[in-house]
Amino acid sequence: MKYSTFSRLFIGIIVFLFLFVSCAPKIPKQALQLSKESLKNRQLQTRRFDTDEETLLSASAAVLQDLGFNIDESETDLGVIVCSKQRDATSPGQVASAIFIAVLTGAVTPIDKEQLIRASLITYPIHSDDKDKSKCRTAVRITFQRIVTNTQGQITRRECINEAKIYQEFFDKLAQSIFLEAHEI
Amino acid sequence: MKKKQVLMIGLLIATIMLVSCAPSTHQVLAAKGSQVKLRAIQTRAFDTTNKEKMLRTVIATLQDLGFVVDKADDILGTVSGTKLDRYALRMTVSVRPRGETQLLVRANAQYNIYAVEDPEPYQQFFDALSKAIFLTAHQVD
Repeated sequence: MKYSTFSRLFIGIIVFLFLFVSCAPKIPKQALQLSKESLKNRQLQTRRFDTDEETLLSASAAVLQDLGFNIDESETDLGVIVCSKQRDATSPGQVASAIFIAVLTGAVTPIDKEQLIRASLITYPIHSDDKDKSKCRTAVRITFQRIVTNTQGQITRRECINEAKIYQEFFDKLAQSIFLEAHEI
Repeated sequence: MKKKQVLMIGLLIATIMLVSCAPSTHQVLAAKGSQVKLRAIQTRAFDTTNKEKMLRTVIATLQDLGFVVDKADDILGTVSGTKLDRYALRMTVSVRPRGETQLLVRANAQYNIYAVEDPEPYQQFFDALSKAIFLTAHQVD
């Protein structure tokens, strides 16, 4: 044997240390790539309305308030509204299993406690007519995401929300709000 | 032989010290590559002068890629967004005029707690942006 165990261990530790220092995790390859999903999501998250951008934005802000969101940021010149709300995230199933484990083993398992729901709503004028507002057409796209934290304050979920039902319901409410706005109710 | 072992242990301690001695505040102004190279990776020029349309297209592209917009500023010409998909990817895109005929678009991203400094992800982003605006992205020297 040419090298002693000690030398091998020594070299191993040095190599490990260098690896530890130089290896930052890489961004996933598909993170900034358009996929088939992106087109599907765009259709899910977008609607067109026969109204001008300003009316659509104010009607949208009203709906977001209806749903309990707080407006964090807005830039009307670019048609941007950013909003969020913090809500409860406990699920009965998780609580039941945590109690079950606690009874059996005496160990406390952390469960989901809070969630931060964020959304950005973007309007995009397709056709604008300064004289006749009824001829204007504007597209609106909203995207939701959420961050769930558990009872120990750790993040357990970070995800975008892509449930068709949620978007459908939101746009139904928005259509209603535009109607109310047009009739100044 | 014993002398050699002492030397090795000394070396090992020195390496650990070297590795752990940099204070974490060095991260404030830390950048891996050269400034010029990083700018080249993160910047593209487009043959248009319509800043508002470019900003709106940047926002649309970010939404297509699954981002939720955090902030947008028309005057400063910046848009920031976050994508959550188990990881958190945060991105800021700025748009400013370059000469009389072009706009300069620059993007920078952070993946969880790491700066994204590889060319590929930015190339992918600018590909998506070019597709959305029907213009070719020019490499900037």
